[in-house]
Amino acid sequence: MTDTAPAIELKGISKAFGPVQANKDISIRVMPGTIHGIIGENGAGKSTLMSILYGFYKADAGEIFISGKKTTIPDSQAAIAAGIGMVFQHFKLVENFTVLENVVLGAEDSGLLRPSLARARRELKSLAEEYELNVDPDALIEEVGVGMQQRVEILKALYRKADILILDEPTGVLTPAEADHLFRILENLKREGKTIILITHKLREIMDITDTVSVMRRGEMTATVKTAETNPAQLAELMVGRKVLLRVDKKPAEVGKKILEVKNLNVTDSQGVHRVKDVSFDIHAGEILGIAGVAGNGQSELLEVLGGYEKATGSIKVNGEEIDLTGAHSDGQSRRARGISHVPEDRQREGLIMDFHAWENTAFGYHHDARYQKSSILMDNAAIRRDTEEKMARFDVRPPNPQLAAKNFSGGNQQKIVLAREIERNPDLLLIGQPTRGVDIGAIEFIHQQIVALRDQGKAILLVSVELEEILSLSDRIAVMFDGKIMGERMPQDTNEKELGLLMAGMTAAPAGPVHQAVEAQLAHAGTNPSKEV
Amino acid sequence: MDFGTLLQMLDATLRLATPLLLACLAGLFSERAGIFDIGLEGKMLAAAFLSAAIAAVSGSVWLGLLAGIGASLMLSAVHGLASITFRGNQLISGVAINFLAAGLTVVVAQSWFRQGGRTPQLSGDARFNPIDLPFAEAMRDVPVIGPIYAELISGHTILVYVALLTVPLTWWLLYRTRFGLRLRAVGENPAAVDTAGVSVIGLRFAAVAICGVLCGIAGAYLATALQAGFVKDMSAGRGYIALAALIFAKWRPWYALYACLLFGFLQAMSLRPDVVEGIVGFGVNGQLLDVLPYILTVIILAGFVGKAIPPRAGGEPYVKER
Repeated sequence: MTDTAPAIELKGISKAFGPVQANKDISIRVMPGTIHGIIGENGAGKSTLMSILYGFYKADAGEIFISGKKTTIPDSQAAIAAGIGMVFQHFKLVENFTVLENVVLGAEDSGLLRPSLARARRELKSLAEEYELNVDPDALIEEVGVGMQQRVEILKALYRKADILILDEPTGVLTPAEADHLFRILENLKREGKTIILITHKLREIMDITDTVSVMRRGEMTATVKTAETNPAQLAELMVGRKVLLRVDKKPAEVGKKILEVKNLNVTDSQGVHRVKDVSFDIHAGEILGIAGVAGNGQSELLEVLGGYEKATGSIKVNGEEIDLTGAHSDGQSRRARGISHVPEDRQREGLIMDFHAWENTAFGYHHDARYQKSSILMDNAAIRRDTEEKMARFDVRPPNPQLAAKNFSGGNQQKIVLAREIERNPDLLLIGQPTRGVDIGAIEFIHQQIVALRDQGKAILLVSVELEEILSLSDRIAVMFDGKIMGERMPQDTNEKELGLLMAGMTAAPAGPVHQAVEAQLAHAGTNPSKEV
Repeated sequence: MDFGTLLQMLDATLRLATPLLLACLAGLFSERAGIFDIGLEGKMLAAAFLSAAIAAVSGSVWLGLLAGIGASLMLSAVHGLASITFRGNQLISGVAINFLAAGLTVVVAQSWFRQGGRTPQLSGDARFNPIDLPFAEAMRDVPVIGPIYAELISGHTILVYVALLTVPLTWWLLYRTRFGLRLRAVGENPAAVDTAGVSVIGLRFAAVAICGVLCGIAGAYLATALQAGFVKDMSAGRGYIALAALIFAKWRPWYALYACLLFGFLQAMSLRPDVVEGIVGFGVNGQLLDVLPYILTVIILAGFVGKAIPPRAGGEPYVKER
């Protein structure tokens, strides 16, 4: 350790949102002129920590030192004054302003705009030369690609004389080529003595560019190591943790006929980003296919297509029959008619209407059920309530009160309501996304048992989860998605968390050679994809 | 229609467009900052009443104007509190203000003056009187330009000129100053303003306050310049027409002027059915002419004038998130 004061030192930072402890007694030292990575799974508390540093949240406890000086950061203004610049995951730009106006906003020299704009124009030019930060100052933000938008965010920070730059998941929206450009910029900044904190869940980025890396898991800082002294496998282990696997009692799968056949599926979202790339797989009756992957690598879009509310190209057959992918005739209703049930990833937004009663929620999508009709016009609400009560008893929903609004149940019990609704309809194929996200341990066990029980009834199940342990303990086969592609399929008994963790970070099996080679090969491959950036 | 009649029509257009223009620019400031304000109508009405009442009691139209602005600012503060501080629904807050103003003005007027919910007739210094611009009389006999200057340009109350000058001022403020940049930004993406270290709440309150001042002037104009006293519901939907003009103008100041002049012209036409008859060649029902501005409003609001994109963060309270 050198004698220079750390650029940033956090001591004992804690932050809770209600019952959720997002940050637990976190201490970290970031040395000046270095690139410091913070890695962790989604929800590990990385963004919360950085939001505290940028004055968006107030820590419940702990101290912040900037260059050795104790500093309080009550708001963004204080953070800017302390020399901290932040590039958010979701850019904070005014879409119909020019690049120049966005840079100047909030950092104007005087009441009149013209002198500020003129100075900013000169400044941008010199910054562009210094750091490869080329932008067109007069272009409208809404008309430039995400790569340039991100450079504008960096320029905003530099224009405000930031010495410490925090980037939150900066490559999430970038193509690999753009990411490489970004990393060159970051190297340039580091050479000029800037301190950079890179928040990411991608191992590759950490290994490629950081000097030091801190690992966060469930709100805690589990380790801080020099990047040169670690390897992706070790980091993956630190990230995921070594907790005892939640083994589920299950007998070997009795695989039946082919239920789902997906061929060359491609999804491009409304922003023109290619989310799912040429994905093909099958699922048979009596089998659970687990899809592992870091969130945002195309799994959600895959579920949305199968669930009937996202368009795609390619082909999907259910029980040998093609289903519509154009969006013209597809919705949840038509998918249900084909024997597909869907437990969506985000139960609060897609699975339930939080302000509606439990009994109303159990009827959604199945409100045409003959048992729920009193006459051709009127619904039999009492019948729905009775049915809900029975479901609640079978699924051990607590409290078992159909009159309670969905929002008044805990996460686990909300999930049980959704599961009860979808499983009890006897589907041929169950899509299930993040079945235990935000669910307490007891409920996890129950939900896992239900999924396995459904498999044993000869149903096909597609399980999407970012929890590796869950994938490993439930799946009969595992596919790993990265960057919209399926990186490979493994049998759970023949693989382990380390191998899957590497696949999730876009690297095929680690021992095959130096990590960098694998990264380069993967980059070259991904680089062939169309890029939005011009 | 002869030249003289045309000038009279245009003159009336200017007078009738003035309150619309002031209210429209008021709405422009508020909505550009992301606060939808359906309560322009109520604010104008409250300002009209209080300005007329104070002018009648004090005999000074300037005190009346101040009181009108004060009344409008009060309601603006309510709207700001409800929709900015407490993040309430901006439409509901605006509607509430309209109801409040419609009821309260008449009730207070009745209990104060006992003239059937009116204020006393204003005259002399209790009213804004037309001002003649220099050389208006001397130039009257110069062909073409003379009458235009003397009839159309000269001879309005000071508030008409104020309203017209507010247009370039608004443009300059919005596009040439730091305040304008931030104001426009906060209506498009408040998170950008917030992360840049500027107070979203402060900016939005400033915008709502400006809106209050302009609505106050508009209301005072109705009761102390256009008319000579307050009568029940005298704003007559002008607040809504101003909103339609704002959409028509796509939230831009110069276009707001043109839109308000168009609406003013339609209102002027309804005052002169004889002129309309002279042009179209047959008698047009006066009530039909009366509803023309409202019909145009409906057409505009139905989206027949092309795509008008409102400020993107309009109508949504700002909640900080990571």
